[in-house]
Amino acid sequence: MTTTAAGLADVTASGAALRRFLHGLPGVDQVGAEARAADLATRSIKTTAKAFAIDLAIQMIDLTTLEGMDTTGKVRALCAKGIRPDPSDPTTPSVAAICVYSDLVGVAKEALGSSGVRVAAVATAFPSGRASMAVKLADTADAVKAGADEIDMVIDRGAFLSGHYLDVFDEIVQVRAACGEGDGRAHLKVILETGELQTYDNVRRASWLAMLAGADFIKTSTGKIAPAATPPVTLVMLEAVRDFREATGRQVGVKPAGGIRTSKDAIRNLVLVNEIAGPDWLSPVWFRIGASSVLNDLLMQRAKLATGRYSGPDYFTID
Amino acid sequence: MSTFDYAPAPESRAVVELRSSYGLFIDGAFVAPVDGAAFKTVNPATEEVLAEVAEGGLADVELAVKAARRAYTRTWSKMPGRERGKYLFRIARIVQERSRELAVLETLDNGKPIKESRDVDIPLVAAWFFHYAGWADKLDHAGYGPDPQPLGVCAQVIPWNFPLLMLAWKIAPALAAGNTVVLKPAETTPLTALLFAEICQQADLPPGVVNIVTGAGATGQALVEHAGVDKVAFTGSTEVGKQIARAVAGSHKKVTLELGGKAANIVFDDAPIDQAVEGIVRGVFFNQGHVCCAGTRLLVQESVADEVMRKLKRRVAALRLGDPMDKNTDIGAINSSAQLERIRTLAEVGESEGAQRWSPPCELPDHGFWFAPTIFTGVTQAHRIAREEIFGPVLSVLTFRTPKEALEKANNTPYGLSAGVWTDKGSRILWMAQHLRAGVVWANTFNNFDPASPFGGYKESGYGREGGRHGLEAYLDV
Amino acid sequence: MSDRLEVRKTYKLYIGGTFPRSESGRSYEVTDHKGHFLANPALASRKDARDAVVAARAAFPGWSGATAYNRGQVLYRVAEVMEGRREQFVTEVSAAEGVTRRKAEGLVDLAIDRWVWYAGWTDKLAQVVGSANSVAGPFYNFSVPEPTGVVAVVAPQRSSLLGLVSVVAPVVATGNTAVVVASRTMPLPAVTLSEVLATSDVPGGVVNILTGAPWEMAPWLASHMDVGGIDLAGSGLDAVDLEKAAADNLKRVRRPVDADDDWTAQPGLERLTSFLETKTVWHPVGL
Repeated sequence: MTTTAAGLADVTASGAALRRFLHGLPGVDQVGAEARAADLATRSIKTTAKAFAIDLAIQMIDLTTLEGMDTTGKVRALCAKGIRPDPSDPTTPSVAAICVYSDLVGVAKEALGSSGVRVAAVATAFPSGRASMAVKLADTADAVKAGADEIDMVIDRGAFLSGHYLDVFDEIVQVRAACGEGDGRAHLKVILETGELQTYDNVRRASWLAMLAGADFIKTSTGKIAPAATPPVTLVMLEAVRDFREATGRQVGVKPAGGIRTSKDAIRNLVLVNEIAGPDWLSPVWFRIGASSVLNDLLMQRAKLATGRYSGPDYFTID
Repeated sequence: MSTFDYAPAPESRAVVELRSSYGLFIDGAFVAPVDGAAFKTVNPATEEVLAEVAEGGLADVELAVKAARRAYTRTWSKMPGRERGKYLFRIARIVQERSRELAVLETLDNGKPIKESRDVDIPLVAAWFFHYAGWADKLDHAGYGPDPQPLGVCAQVIPWNFPLLMLAWKIAPALAAGNTVVLKPAETTPLTALLFAEICQQADLPPGVVNIVTGAGATGQALVEHAGVDKVAFTGSTEVGKQIARAVAGSHKKVTLELGGKAANIVFDDAPIDQAVEGIVRGVFFNQGHVCCAGTRLLVQESVADEVMRKLKRRVAALRLGDPMDKNTDIGAINSSAQLERIRTLAEVGESEGAQRWSPPCELPDHGFWFAPTIFTGVTQAHRIAREEIFGPVLSVLTFRTPKEALEKANNTPYGLSAGVWTDKGSRILWMAQHLRAGVVWANTFNNFDPASPFGGYKESGYGREGGRHGLEAYLDV
Repeated sequence: MSDRLEVRKTYKLYIGGTFPRSESGRSYEVTDHKGHFLANPALASRKDARDAVVAARAAFPGWSGATAYNRGQVLYRVAEVMEGRREQFVTEVSAAEGVTRRKAEGLVDLAIDRWVWYAGWTDKLAQVVGSANSVAGPFYNFSVPEPTGVVAVVAPQRSSLLGLVSVVAPVVATGNTAVVVASRTMPLPAVTLSEVLATSDVPGGVVNILTGAPWEMAPWLASHMDVGGIDLAGSGLDAVDLEKAAADNLKRVRRPVDADDDWTAQPGLERLTSFLETKTVWHPVGL
């Protein structure tokens, strides 16, 4: 069952209507969007603001491992890291979620116990999305059955780029349905794979398409190709969720994933959230960072603020 | 829901060594003025006195012009372009090396945010000197004949809104072409010009090639009217520009003027709206609106006016006004109490004319000269605030129905410095650009400057161009 | 003090921003104008030339895509570093060309100033050779110069620095990348120039310098299908055959100059425009 806002129900009535709507959204000027993102990157976040941002960023991380060579051992280690990122400093917050392939959800669920850290599973033939609908839905169902709190699906970029918007829409609707109903259902993040969409106009259109189809979160990338989550792409998506809430009353979250390696990157993302979408999005409920290595850099910066000394990799666990 | 408060992020003042008093820079050295007059320059954000600066009288102008003439005749006009160019390259490099110091000093003296002086003003200063350094040995390729000659001694009077950048726009092409200069910075912003004089010394520039005579209106007038001057270049108000044009009438002096404006920033219904909003903000609130080419008249297509105004107001409410030395400040101080008074007066006129005034909630500091970003809607061509240059962070919003109407309204002004066009349609950009009577047309961008890009006005916004190959013409005998 | 033994430099190839020896392992003897031994620079092979073209091609998108201002900054920096190496250049030029120290100083100074001249062209050439064109219709029509691509350069044989600079700088100022065959008998200043380039923010692969026998490398460069232009300045009698080989993919060819040219004359724009393409664009003007 889809939940489109009453006023926009017509636009998804047909492929032609959806196309007209998406192509009727204002265009994005590439140079202007990139200039705005670059300007916001000059914000100087120091002292108390930096401490706040570091802790918030840690709490927003979806700590991720999505490798062919993932094992039970690897996932368990990552879960321990996610719960207690810095064994030497118990004031360090936990991350938001652990993100794994659907067949390792069970392992993660068990390892995370009652810690409050959630389990997100990638599904729908991640990362390419090239498989039959039956396979993609089965993938989703497996993850949900294993207890995933969140499903990170990929859209069919081939369908999108060839203009079959209604097909992309229908797929999302079906995956959303497979996430379950009611308060305990899995939350759906929709990965646009912005690196393949290539233009900001496409990113805006895909964002709206995903939100109309019921996405709880729109996510930039699989992290498997470059470019992934660049600041201007995240900016365009933050504008989209802001405008969508204004149009429909429904708030959707944003998750940049891939390419966020340093604390500076993470903090710049928070500045974007703050100044583009607004403070309502400044929480792990509405903004996540898909990353792995950035966590240790955040911990290093945290240590520097606490001790006044620059730290080194020996003082932080690798997982 | 959390609030992300940006902690203070002050740039350090320590990089600048302020002297308590400055002399005039004549013939390669700092000297006291002949009659010892002085005035103070103030930090407009705090009203703190920064330094005492010499006020050049007639005798000082005389000395400076003589020094410039000597340097021209004996040294500079004889020097091959290749060597002149290398002096300008040195100056460009030293500007880059001392960029932090220059940016801080500019912010202290002018009131503009450090983010702007650091990221816009000073890099453009260096770029301007680099660009014209490269012309010095290529004048024969500039399209002015095989061996174009310089004019001689140039009198250059510049405004307070981009002090060092306006200095660069004047001095770089003048020197590249083989002229020597006497430059008078604005009375409220002399300090970066005086630091520039030190840079000339560090570059071993021959004495007398650049002379800096500080002072106010009278000093500028004396300089412009001096018989020993071959060329006058002025950037400032249209009113003073007209006085100068009268003063040089019948003389041999070549003159170029870069004056005021009341630019139309035109937003069509198919504009990339979010970037257009950024462009509107950049167009009128960048540098506190102290920009001759500011987009002070927003002409928005009626069909998207509501949406644009909603987004614009939301965006303006997110602007951070405050201490210009804080790296997160977007809007700094108004340059002087006199200017603040002018802005206030015209804003009151706007209200009395029946336009609707709006400003975001804004805490203004107790000391210093401050004006909150202000938007007037319901403005029409017949309002004074749609015709007169306010030179502050005040936007007048008018609507239009068709491209032709937008064009007519945009052109319906004695000014003609710049214009903005926001639309997704290429042919419309080019049609508007073709028909707009403005020296600079920005399409889907605004307030963009580059030393390779000629800048200047139509009609009462002045004549002559600065930047690029075109910018050499003003300083050559052609 | 006079008993101190100097540490002699090794003269290697400059390809892709690094200094490899020839893949052939060969070197050859270079002497000063009196026949005294100077060094054993690498004797480059056709495979080195092939590798250099690959490096130049890889560097082309970044270099041609940089702003003209950025290229100008980089090239000006090259001049700064050349100035710092003035003494070394003077010694090498004097030894190679058999000129007095004073004459060598003049040549080196002129080479540096010429490099500065070309550095200043990057952001101006479009204004001089580009245009907006008044076509008879409601169109905006403009022409802009764009770099050709990878350009091979056979440097002058007898002007070891000034001639070299005069053929290399104009190629890269406009955004092309270069594969340069240095003078066979006077290659050492070219190697020192490559050291200057390597320490001046010039991205690897923008300029590649090969030392050795032009007759060995030039035919491979002239017939290379991924090379878009060739300057035959120093190719002497081989030039005709090279020009014929270049016709296979219609390379833009600059024919050789007089071998006795001392390169002191002020150049015009011809070396800048030789390896530029003019792109003309039309767009309607209307509501």
